[in-house]
Amino acid sequence: MAHSARRRDCPELPDFSLLKRLARDQLIYLLEQLPGKKDLFIEADLMSPLDRIANVSTLKQHEVDKLYKVEHKPVVSTSDQLCFLIRPRIQTVKWICDVANADKAAGKFRRYKIIFTPQKFYACEAVLEEQGIFGDVTTDEWAFNLLPLDDDIISLELPEFFRDNFLAGDQRWVRTAGSALHLLHSLYGPFSKIYGIGRCSKMAYESWREQVEEGEQRTHQAEIGKVFLIDRDVDFVTPLCSQVVYEGLVDDIFRIKCGCVEFGPEVTSSDKSMKVMLNSQDKVFNEIRNEHFSNVFGFLSQKARNLQTAYDKRRGMDIKQMKTFVSEELKGLKQEHRLLSLHIGASESIMKKKTKQDFQELLKTEHSLLEGFEIRECISFIEEHINRQVSMIESLRLLCLLSITENGLLPKDFRSLKAQYLQSYGVDHLLTFANLRQLGLLVEQQPGETLTVMESKVGKLVNDKTAGKLTDAFSSLAKKSNFRALSRKLNLVPKSDEEYDLRVPRDMAYIFSGAYVPLSCKLIEQVLDRDGWTGLEEVTRLLNGHEFAVSGSTGGDSKTKSDAQRIILVMFLGGCTFSEISALRFLGRERGYKFIVVTTAITNSSRLLEALLDNHA
Amino acid sequence: MAFITATWNPLGEAFYRKSELYEMCWSIRDGLRDSLVAAAPYGGPIALLREPHRRSPSSRPQLEIYSASGVSITSFPWKSGPVVQLGWTVSDELLCVQEDGSVLIYDLFGSFKRHFSMGQEVVQNQVLEAKVFHSPYGTGVAIVTGSFRFTLATNIDDLKLRRLPEVPGLQGKPPCWVVLTQDRQTKVLLSTGPELYILDNTSCTAVCPPGLSPQAGSVVHMSVSFSYKYLALFTDTGHLWTGSSHLQEKLSEVDTKKSTPPKQMVWCRRPKSQQPSVVLMWDKLLMVAGVCNDTIQFPIEDPCVLVGELDGVRIISSTNQELLQEVPLVCQDIFKIASMAPGALLLEAHREYEKSSQKADEYLREIKEQSMLGEAVRQCVEAAGHEYDTNTQKSLLRAASFGKCFLTDFSPDPFVSTCRELRVLNAVRESSVGLPLTHTQFKQMTLQVLIDRLVYRQFYPLAIEICRYLKIPDYQGVSRVLKHWASCKVQQKDLSDEAIARAVCVKVGDSPGVSYSHIAAKAYECGRTELAIKLLDFEARSGEQVPLLLKMKRSQLALSKAVESGDTDLVYTVVTYLKNEMNRGDFFMTLRNQPVALSLYRQFCKLQEQETLKDLYNQDDDHQELANYYVTASYREKRLESRLSLLQSAVDEYNKAKNEFAAKATEDEMRLLRFQRKLDDEKGAGLLGLSLQATMEALLALGLHKQAEQLYRDFRVPDKRYWWLKLKSLAEKEEWEELEKFSKSKKSPIGYLAFVEVCMKCNNKYEAKKYVSKVTPEQKVKAHLAISDLEGAADAAIERKNESEMGVVLSRCSVSDRLLIDRLNRARASAAKK
Repeated sequence: MAHSARRRDCPELPDFSLLKRLARDQLIYLLEQLPGKKDLFIEADLMSPLDRIANVSTLKQHEVDKLYKVEHKPVVSTSDQLCFLIRPRIQTVKWICDVANADKAAGKFRRYKIIFTPQKFYACEAVLEEQGIFGDVTTDEWAFNLLPLDDDIISLELPEFFRDNFLAGDQRWVRTAGSALHLLHSLYGPFSKIYGIGRCSKMAYESWREQVEEGEQRTHQAEIGKVFLIDRDVDFVTPLCSQVVYEGLVDDIFRIKCGCVEFGPEVTSSDKSMKVMLNSQDKVFNEIRNEHFSNVFGFLSQKARNLQTAYDKRRGMDIKQMKTFVSEELKGLKQEHRLLSLHIGASESIMKKKTKQDFQELLKTEHSLLEGFEIRECISFIEEHINRQVSMIESLRLLCLLSITENGLLPKDFRSLKAQYLQSYGVDHLLTFANLRQLGLLVEQQPGETLTVMESKVGKLVNDKTAGKLTDAFSSLAKKSNFRALSRKLNLVPKSDEEYDLRVPRDMAYIFSGAYVPLSCKLIEQVLDRDGWTGLEEVTRLLNGHEFAVSGSTGGDSKTKSDAQRIILVMFLGGCTFSEISALRFLGRERGYKFIVVTTAITNSSRLLEALLDNHA
Repeated sequence: MAFITATWNPLGEAFYRKSELYEMCWSIRDGLRDSLVAAAPYGGPIALLREPHRRSPSSRPQLEIYSASGVSITSFPWKSGPVVQLGWTVSDELLCVQEDGSVLIYDLFGSFKRHFSMGQEVVQNQVLEAKVFHSPYGTGVAIVTGSFRFTLATNIDDLKLRRLPEVPGLQGKPPCWVVLTQDRQTKVLLSTGPELYILDNTSCTAVCPPGLSPQAGSVVHMSVSFSYKYLALFTDTGHLWTGSSHLQEKLSEVDTKKSTPPKQMVWCRRPKSQQPSVVLMWDKLLMVAGVCNDTIQFPIEDPCVLVGELDGVRIISSTNQELLQEVPLVCQDIFKIASMAPGALLLEAHREYEKSSQKADEYLREIKEQSMLGEAVRQCVEAAGHEYDTNTQKSLLRAASFGKCFLTDFSPDPFVSTCRELRVLNAVRESSVGLPLTHTQFKQMTLQVLIDRLVYRQFYPLAIEICRYLKIPDYQGVSRVLKHWASCKVQQKDLSDEAIARAVCVKVGDSPGVSYSHIAAKAYECGRTELAIKLLDFEARSGEQVPLLLKMKRSQLALSKAVESGDTDLVYTVVTYLKNEMNRGDFFMTLRNQPVALSLYRQFCKLQEQETLKDLYNQDDDHQELANYYVTASYREKRLESRLSLLQSAVDEYNKAKNEFAAKATEDEMRLLRFQRKLDDEKGAGLLGLSLQATMEALLALGLHKQAEQLYRDFRVPDKRYWWLKLKSLAEKEEWEELEKFSKSKKSPIGYLAFVEVCMKCNNKYEAKKYVSKVTPEQKVKAHLAISDLEGAADAAIERKNESEMGVVLSRCSVSDRLLIDRLNRARASAAKK
């Protein structure tokens, strides 16, 4: 197989199940703070993460009677103790206030406890106070920062991080990210080197440093050597591209939620849908997750043949052999059989959707945009896409991709494409456009001269620390993408005249059919190669700076533990895609690293854009 | 050495010794006569109010405060009302109980802290007598008023006055009374003369001490021990009864043969006392009376004051101060003449050893034979702790150290800690410091409290030395002292802000656990705002600076510090504070300069106060955001008219923001809404709120072609879009004739392949075929393939001599199309040649 390890000296990954145990113990402790039977109300998007930490029977053991979803409606619970497990969102807190006030009006006395996770915010408490129930509820914090989704993926499960931080400029989650890093540092550190790029990364780094200084220092054997922090807005191109690696495709089409996917009847070839955990425990999935989709079928049919051979061994066995076969192998084979048929089903379903001509043309357009060829054809393709109302999100994605790669749209195109989009999907998308513009995802090309003037102005401001905080006003201008220049500097788009054999990938571009090396991963590769940002000055200037590289506190002995030094933790602030993870796994195999990806949430183009929608559908 | 026992006086089994603590540093002209004196236990300070009853305003009485060694701490004329009683609280604050029932509290340095009253009733009736007492709950005050009622407060820091029930038949000031703390209750025991009563919260109970001889007479003086365990009663016939304070058992009854009541009577005990005893004082006589019928009598010349301690009695006179205590058993064992205790032998052995005499070996051997060397060392160490004289301490410790040399496996800890503690104790006993603590008291008080007391008395260098010497972790030790020092330093009015800030910074540096914000808060309390700000600058954690800055009304600075800290909760706290403090205009202006705070507040407003959001944008002239706000608001509006008016506002704002595109789009939306409303009214089409495209789709589906056409023209819908729309709609409704007509209305802007594909989608091959011929040559092959016409596709491909198209056709061929495959292959081969 193409992905057999090229270097066999890849170090072992640290054991992250400890994080789960910590979170579970803390939750149990908090539940026990409210003795007696109680009903537990859980925020909808906390349900899956919670399920990975503590199952229902664990909760029942600690006197949780019934489980409900937190919703804005009267509670039916008859328990006299209600416990709410929520994210620190004002909206949810208001709902809880309504519940408490309704009880009060009805003369019902209950005890309420709110557990905020991963932390509580003053604003939430202010709402409790405003609604006059501050004295009636007790609040607590469940520092559930990190959920290991797989051996090498840890998620903060905070999808709102992206919008709050990058669009609303609300930095409330920065400290959360810092705390998460702090936890990893105290369990698996000390880190010998920290690199990063992006404003948020820098702040998260500083927040972490502060927490390190406040707390006591413990020195133990480092299990993670280096850390790379990166903001999502450093690279918007990668998450906006169609994913063609198996795991990414499954996410794009079926939406993987918290490491788990629900396959519908068309995949399971029965009348029921089925929830499947997708991680390295699934042996079939583990072998195809990083493969380009064009290889998946070949692999699966080979696998099916092997399986058949294994089954066929039964023939000509005597009783004794048969007995060992049944007790030792059959179960494994059956399991493999089940998984194999599921993934074949999924692949078929993907094939149906993705090998149609439209998809091929879509990919062709994306590749042209990345290369910067035949832009006019691309624009008319997008136009038709909008006109025929193929997909609201897809159209938006193509528009954004066009804008970023071309450094903004020509005024004429900008207007006509937007007007057509509004005609198709309603005028309320004006607000969506305002958001996209603010993030620099969909902008109008500025006449050449003013642009450079603004750029140099902003550049100066950015260097100044305090002024750096004032740049919000300029952010849309400062976030000029410069994709073309970056692409040249970093050689992101391989020459198209050579044939790219997807079965034997030669670089990370394979995750986009050889058309594009993801910018985020390329940066990581370059910085690790150079052990810092030297030689990348031009690149960081094009990315609006905020890069840093700091050596950790423990200098001397770190050199000797070379294994840990090749374990690299990459933290994406604002989310990362499965394709990026695949690319990093590839890079790891090439260079003998092991990457651990920590992300605020797993994202893809749809999630990214849905977070920015402001239509009132 | 041999004279150690010279000061010992036997009393029954035990010995009592009186050792001098200090020659008093003060010079008091009239001695302690005519003065109110209060001296705190644990070597606490002494307060002295001279001639408290002198009432003429011309010569006010003087209130003086001294350390236990008589070093003057402060003195000031007493300007308030007549004082009945002085007393010290557990935290070294001076309580002055006035005749009118008000209690004034001063600190050690004579500055007034606060006052409280013992009740309204007292103002008229006056306080006859007051007592300050200590209990596990803190310091309390008890008074008896002119109407012979008792009122008490158990803890002055948490003042709850309790008026005790009336005592039956009490017609005058009771001859004597004490406060008892028993069973977590505070009670008063009083004598009315013939009777004894216990007063608690609700009742007044007559009691009788067990075994008090009937001829003893009435009780005229009483005293309760330091621990509230024992009670001593003195009767008018000179009998002294001692027993438990529960009045359940009797210890002894001694006839003192004195008919006048003593001036003062204090228990003299120590923990694990051999013989509890009472010290009584008359004008010229001091008497120690124990359980046995013996007494010790000391003559005294000056008027004295007795201070009961945990392990003895301090006797303060105008010239010196002595400690009267029972000799600890271990000291008795060692120093008693001809003692054969192991400790005594060891001391002797060491003494001989120093003289280089071989007798040392004999003594040592003797102890070892009894295997008592460990015990001997232990005794010497313990005794050293009890000795006040440094020479005695040294010789005992040297002996212990000597004995230790011959022992293996002997833990050095008690020896080392005793040495250290004695060093500290000797230092604080110095006359200049004046804390005459015994080792027992020190252990009871704990080191923490000792350091606190030193700090409170402003012996900062000594406190720091002690912390360093005893290696107390910085957090609890040096840092704490520095914190107090700095807090005190900032109050020095004679120094400039600059000088103080520098001094504080140099001394405190970045000692762990010292918070500059805490020091700054102190400075601010003293009204030195500028100094506070200077000090805050040293604070490393910006978050810590914020609360104080807010308090000092430096809200702008507070906001920027909060932002710097990166803690959004803190930013939000400041924002909320500012919102309430400032007028709206200023508030918004402030936010404007702090984007982080602004966006945080916006987020909050979006969820909580939509209206404020509007004001916020208005203030900033942010027309773009304001317009967006109106658009958002319009979607929450149900009624069309209000929705339109909101959209109109949005249009105005977009225009102001020079966003013509958005203005135009919004205008279009308004137009569309009106149009939809009209049709909804006329035809009940249910269009309101749909997008333009959806509206046209709906219209076409309803067969309202004319209206759709109108939209197409009015809104300048691109031709392509309209053609796609109409094509799909007609095909879905299977209006094939209409479709054909439409295809011929003009040249299709979307080409004719689309017609073919759409027809095929609706499974109408027949109709699809009609359009194949109209398709452009480039798309011919595709069109033929779309209707699965392989022959046609092959013809077209061959005609165009296009290899890849031929390939596409080939890939669609099945095995049965042998002929076609051959033909294509041939054509491909010939095309390739060229």
